[in-house]
Amino acid sequence: MSSGEITKATQYFTFTLGQEDFALEIAKVREVLDYTTITKVPRMPEYLRGVINLRGNVVPVIDLRLKLGMSAIQKTVDTCIVIVEIEMDGEIMQMGALADSVKEVIDLDPAQIAPAPRIGTKLKNEFIKGMGKQDEKFLIILDIDRILTANEYTAAQIIENNSETDSEIMLSENAA
Amino acid sequence: MMNESNDHSNAYRQEAEELLQDIEETVLDLEKNPDDAETINRLFRAIHTIKGSGAMFGFDEIAAFTHHVETVLDKVRDGTIPISQELIDLILRARDEISTMLQSVEGKKITLKSSENNLNSQKIISDLKALLPTQANPVSIPSIEENKYIQLDHKEKSDHTYRIRFNPEAGIFASGMDPILILDELRSLGECAIISQTEEIPVLLNLIPENCYLFWDIILTTEKDINAIKDVFIFIQEDSDISIQEIADFKTNLNVAHKRIGEILVDRGDVTLLELNEVLAGQKPIGNLLIESGSVSKEKIKSALTEQQFLKRQKKTPKVAGVRVPAERLDRLINLVGELVITQARLTQITSEVNAAELNNTAEEIERLTSELRDCVLNIRMLPIGTTFSTFKRLVRDLSIELQKEIDLVTEGGDTELDKTIIESLNDPLVHLIRNSIDHGIEAPENRKAIGKSRRGKICLSAAHVGASVVITVSDDGAGIKLETIKAKAIEKGLIQSDSDLDENEILNLIFEPGFSTAQNVTSISGRGVGMDVVKREIDAMRGTIEISSKQGCGTTITINLPLTLAIIDGLLVKVNTNRFVLPLSMVEECVELSQNDLTKAHNRYMIDVRGEWIPYVRLREIFNILGDRPGREHIAIVRLENQRFGIVVDEIMGDHQTVIKSLGRIYADAEGISGATILGDGGIALILDAIKVIRCAEQEEARALTSKIN
Repeated sequence: MSSGEITKATQYFTFTLGQEDFALEIAKVREVLDYTTITKVPRMPEYLRGVINLRGNVVPVIDLRLKLGMSAIQKTVDTCIVIVEIEMDGEIMQMGALADSVKEVIDLDPAQIAPAPRIGTKLKNEFIKGMGKQDEKFLIILDIDRILTANEYTAAQIIENNSETDSEIMLSENAA
Repeated sequence: MMNESNDHSNAYRQEAEELLQDIEETVLDLEKNPDDAETINRLFRAIHTIKGSGAMFGFDEIAAFTHHVETVLDKVRDGTIPISQELIDLILRARDEISTMLQSVEGKKITLKSSENNLNSQKIISDLKALLPTQANPVSIPSIEENKYIQLDHKEKSDHTYRIRFNPEAGIFASGMDPILILDELRSLGECAIISQTEEIPVLLNLIPENCYLFWDIILTTEKDINAIKDVFIFIQEDSDISIQEIADFKTNLNVAHKRIGEILVDRGDVTLLELNEVLAGQKPIGNLLIESGSVSKEKIKSALTEQQFLKRQKKTPKVAGVRVPAERLDRLINLVGELVITQARLTQITSEVNAAELNNTAEEIERLTSELRDCVLNIRMLPIGTTFSTFKRLVRDLSIELQKEIDLVTEGGDTELDKTIIESLNDPLVHLIRNSIDHGIEAPENRKAIGKSRRGKICLSAAHVGASVVITVSDDGAGIKLETIKAKAIEKGLIQSDSDLDENEILNLIFEPGFSTAQNVTSISGRGVGMDVVKREIDAMRGTIEISSKQGCGTTITINLPLTLAIIDGLLVKVNTNRFVLPLSMVEECVELSQNDLTKAHNRYMIDVRGEWIPYVRLREIFNILGDRPGREHIAIVRLENQRFGIVVDEIMGDHQTVIKSLGRIYADAEGISGATILGDGGIALILDAIKVIRCAEQEEARALTSKIN
């Protein structure tokens, strides 16, 4: 399901969700903020955590863990909001993504990156761009542009599908 | 340099577009009153200006084309060509052609030749030529000389007015000069008034016939400069007393003419100010003097005075001057004011915490100034909606001819002002609604006559301010909407169940559903199935509402309710638990308390008795699934939806708030009951409630809950 081949050595921004390491292309990341109050927008799916005030702009924040099929993020001192730039219908917009902690910026060669496996990640793999390998550790490289577009629910659908999603989360947790 | 010429052509384009708009209106006026000479002149002037400035800025192709139109209009003006339907059509076609030429980016580059090859304009030109009487001279292409002439013609003349006193020395005749010649020469320079002064002529006994005793005051208005006047006196001996003084340039000359006699005399040095004042002190107003002498009646003086004052007042109010400002600069200004309003809110908040009297006063002052500035800036973006209205006249005319219907468009409230962005996005929906009225609404003339209506149908387009919103209605006196047809169609399209029990309003609202189109036969005008739902979506996007009412056989009225602006609104800040929301203040009719007592009185049903009226309410906490306990005493903001009042229950009402509307972005485009967000003084975010949607949500949820209970 990877969209676009990874051919050049690129810098990646790494962070954790739960115990696992994830990565984003550095070009997508704008800044990292400390956790601030998120204003919830009612009647929207759970993974859409709400909006924050980013220097006078209203920016939506999503919970990557929920979106990937993991349990919701619990706030700790390390919790951060990673501001990324995503493209939605040809329009560049800013979005915040909650991360359990941020780590570092690393270089990865194309040789160090394997295409996303079809099974085995126990995650919704349509959002995975590839698997990076760093010092015997795996990094999951996310395709942040697809996070919102790949499976865009309308509010109504979400409400109807809520029960299904719940069971899905339960399943993946059990498996983990 | 390149840039500069670009600026010029842009300015020309803008000007020409306005003129074209004007031409369209004028032509349509002309169609109604073909005999109005003033209308024809107006049309001619507009065309002439397009041609003239087009040639000036290098739009040769447009100039050449327009020239043909002008030639025909010239003949119309002098009555050689009568005004016919054909002519009107042709002028409108020519207008559209000019408009197309203007829009083509290469408008300037197309040479005359290629434009002559352009089939469309060629056709129009030949049609225009066909209208010309045969004996008329062949149409000539405007030459460079003519363009230059136009240019010169447009150049403003700068006239000066001089006051000249020519007092020749007594022996001037002896030196062979004749003062008459000098005066004649001055006369030739421009408009000239000569007053000869005779006071120096001695008594006859002392008069020497060969001496010149006269001197002259000359008021001369001329384009020439002062040196030209001095040249006239070049041969006059130095002993002669010549003074030349510029009074004022031509533009202010009018005011100069109104200088009082006394002032002029003082100016000239004939009287000293002191002498003048002495004389004036003993003087009565001229009116009184005249009345006393009995030569004029009191009333006549009074009317003369009124006239004088009127003229003075007219002079004082100069023409309202406009400035063209690029829209993006305005947008930037609006954004800045938005940020200022947010910062100001923060200042107010901090002030209330610090509680220092001096700071308080300043903060209050800033609050007042900010809100004034906000109103001013928002006002700048307000435009009268009339400009959009006038384009519809053309639409109605063309479509009714195409469909062989007879329709008049009546517009009202064209001067109603609306935010520029709203006017722009309103155009498409209105076009659609009017098309619908023409296509589906108004019947064919014969059918109308058969049922006792006048042959001509009427579409009324009106705009008016109602509170903080603008109401736009499109109504026609056509056939109206058949409810059965709508219902049948909706069942056929699977929008409703065949056994659904819907009231009239609900049925009418079905036409706003996606994929709904009732036209039996699809025409080029409407009925492509993407109709009213698009209109509704566009109106929704402007935070407006659209309603429809129809009476079979009598017509249909569509009412659009729009906010005045999209940028900043007055809001009512409310709180549920820790969440804050803003209700547009224009929606809120009143606020009341909801106490435990009220709850028991209504047996815990969601109704409250407000001065004898039972008002249903929704609890925001429940609709939005907000956690936390309800306070003992809640508050209700009462809003009006259509003809019913609803309450929205919140924990606390925090007061009014200048709300800078921020979009929630695409991710939250589907958020129910929320139309945007705003940033509060403390940096937090409050969501802006869409009261109507909130209530609709509650209705749906209640219906759902009821059905599941029954089942």
